[in-house]
Amino acid sequence: MFWITGLFNSLAFAAVLFLLAAGFSLIFGLMRVANLTHGAFFMLGGYLATSAIGAGFWVAVLAAGVGCALLGGLVQHLLVQRLAGRELAQVLGTLGLSFIVADQCLLIWSGDPIPLAAPGFLQGAARLGVFAFPLYRLFLIVVAALIAISLWLVVERTTLGAKIRAAVDDREMARATGIPVSRLFTVVFCLGSALAGIGGALAAPILSVYPGLDTEMLPLALLVVILGGIGSLAGALIGSVLIGIIYIFGQILLPDLSYVILFLPMVVVLAVRPEGLLGRQAA
Amino acid sequence: MQNSHALTLNAVNSFYGDSHILRDVSFSVTAGRVLALLGRNGAGKTTCMNTIAGLMKPRSGHVSVFGRSIEGFSPEAICQAGVALVPQGRRIFKSLSVTENLVVARRRPAPTGRVVWDNEDIFKLFPRLQERRSHPAGRLSGGEQQMLAIGRALMTNPTVLLMDEPTEGLAPQIVAEVGRIIGQLRESGLSIVLVEQHTNFALRIADDVVIISTGEIVAHGSAAEVIHDSSLLNNHLGVH
Repeated sequence: MFWITGLFNSLAFAAVLFLLAAGFSLIFGLMRVANLTHGAFFMLGGYLATSAIGAGFWVAVLAAGVGCALLGGLVQHLLVQRLAGRELAQVLGTLGLSFIVADQCLLIWSGDPIPLAAPGFLQGAARLGVFAFPLYRLFLIVVAALIAISLWLVVERTTLGAKIRAAVDDREMARATGIPVSRLFTVVFCLGSALAGIGGALAAPILSVYPGLDTEMLPLALLVVILGGIGSLAGALIGSVLIGIIYIFGQILLPDLSYVILFLPMVVVLAVRPEGLLGRQAA
Repeated sequence: MQNSHALTLNAVNSFYGDSHILRDVSFSVTAGRVLALLGRNGAGKTTCMNTIAGLMKPRSGHVSVFGRSIEGFSPEAICQAGVALVPQGRRIFKSLSVTENLVVARRRPAPTGRVVWDNEDIFKLFPRLQERRSHPAGRLSGGEQQMLAIGRALMTNPTVLLMDEPTEGLAPQIVAEVGRIIGQLRESGLSIVLVEQHTNFALRIADDVVIISTGEIVAHGSAAEVIHDSSLLNNHLGVH
C-alpha cells in the first residue's frame, strides 16, 4: 500500500521533473548553453497560468507555454547568441536574468503562494481495489509520456530534427550546407522554454506557485540532467524517474536526510560515469 | 565576358589570427570547367576554399559568383547563392543517417536553370550509398563518406562546386571513381574548383590550373600547358 502509493506519487513528480529537465537538456545538449533562466521560466509559467485561469485550464497552460516560448526566444536572441562560445558569460548572464524574472514575478504576483485549480473532470481519484490514485496525477504522467514521445519523434524522425542534429554535429559545416543554424537554435530555445513554462503550469495544481519555486526546481533539473546524461531525452526520462523516486521516498522515510540522498547519487554518477547514465560522450 | 566566369576572386587577403595566409589572391573559374588549385601543404589551398565558402571572412578583396558579389555573405547565404563545399576531411554529419545527411541539404528548385538534385539522383550516382541509406553516416568507410560529402553538396543544387582534397586517403579504385564523377558533373554544366595533393590526378581531370605558393598565386594556365612545364611543377609542387 505504502510502496504503491509512494511509487505513484514518485512517477507524478517525475512527470513534472521531466517537463522541466527535457527543455534544459535539449538546450544544453544541442547548443552547449546551460540556461539557468530555466527554473525561472518554470515559475513564470505557473504564474502566467494562475493569471489566465479565468479563460479555462487549457488556455492557461497554453498561455504559460507561449509566454515562456516568446521570452525564451528573446533571451536567446538578445543575450545567449551574443555570448556564443563564452560559457561563463552565458551562465552568469542567464543566472542574473533569472533573478530579474523572479523579482518581477514577486512584484506582479506578490509573495503569497497562489494555488491553481485542476479542471473539474480531473479532480477526484481513480479507485483500483484498495488504492486511490488522484486523477490529476495520472493525467500528469500521461501528458509527460506523450510529450516525451512527441519530442523524440521531432528530434529523431523529422527533417527539422535532422537539421538540429546536423548543427550539433558540425555547426560550421551545417551553415555551409545552407542550414540556418542560428534560427534553428532560437527554435530549440523557444521549445525548451515553452516546456519549462508548460511544466510550471501543469505542476501548479499540485505544487502551487510561490516565490522560490524557481530556485527549488533548478537544482532538480540539473540533478536529473547530470544523472541521466546531458542532451539525451531518454536520459532525462530515466533521470526524472530516479530523482522522482528518491525525492518522494526520501521525504517520507528520511526527511532529515532528504537532500543528502538526493545529491548522493549525483556524486556517485559524476565519479563513476561523468557523462551520465545515457549521456553522449563529449565530442 | 563577366558571365562566362562562374567564380571570380579579386585580390583576396585572408588571415588566420595574425598570420597572413592569402596574399592578393585573384583567379577566375570559367563556367562549366574544372579548375585545379594546386600547391604544397600549407600553401593556403584550404584557406582559399574556406574563404570562398564563407567559413572564413577575408580581410579584404572580393569574391563573386556569376558576376554577383557575395561579399560579407554568411555561409548559409553563399550556399544559397550556388556555391557548395565538399570540405577537407569530408565532415559529414556522423550521427545522421545517410539519407538524413542528404535531406538536410535539400534546396527548393533554384532559379537560373540549375540542375535540381534529389536523394534518388544521388543514389543513382552512388549506388553504394543507396545500399547504406539508413546507416549512421559515421559508420561508413572513408570512400563512402567522401561520396556522401559530394552527394550532400550536390543536394544544395550548386552552380559552383568546391572540392577540397576529395581523394585524400582513398583506395586507388575509389580515387578513379571520384575522377569519373567529377567528369560527369562537369558534363552536367557544373563549374568545379578542385584542390588536390595528387598532382597527376588533378592535371588529368582539370581544364585549368592555378598554382598557389605561400599564399600567392604563382602560375595559372591550362592543364595541358602546365603538365609539360616541369620547372613550374618542380619549383612549386615538388614533383619531378
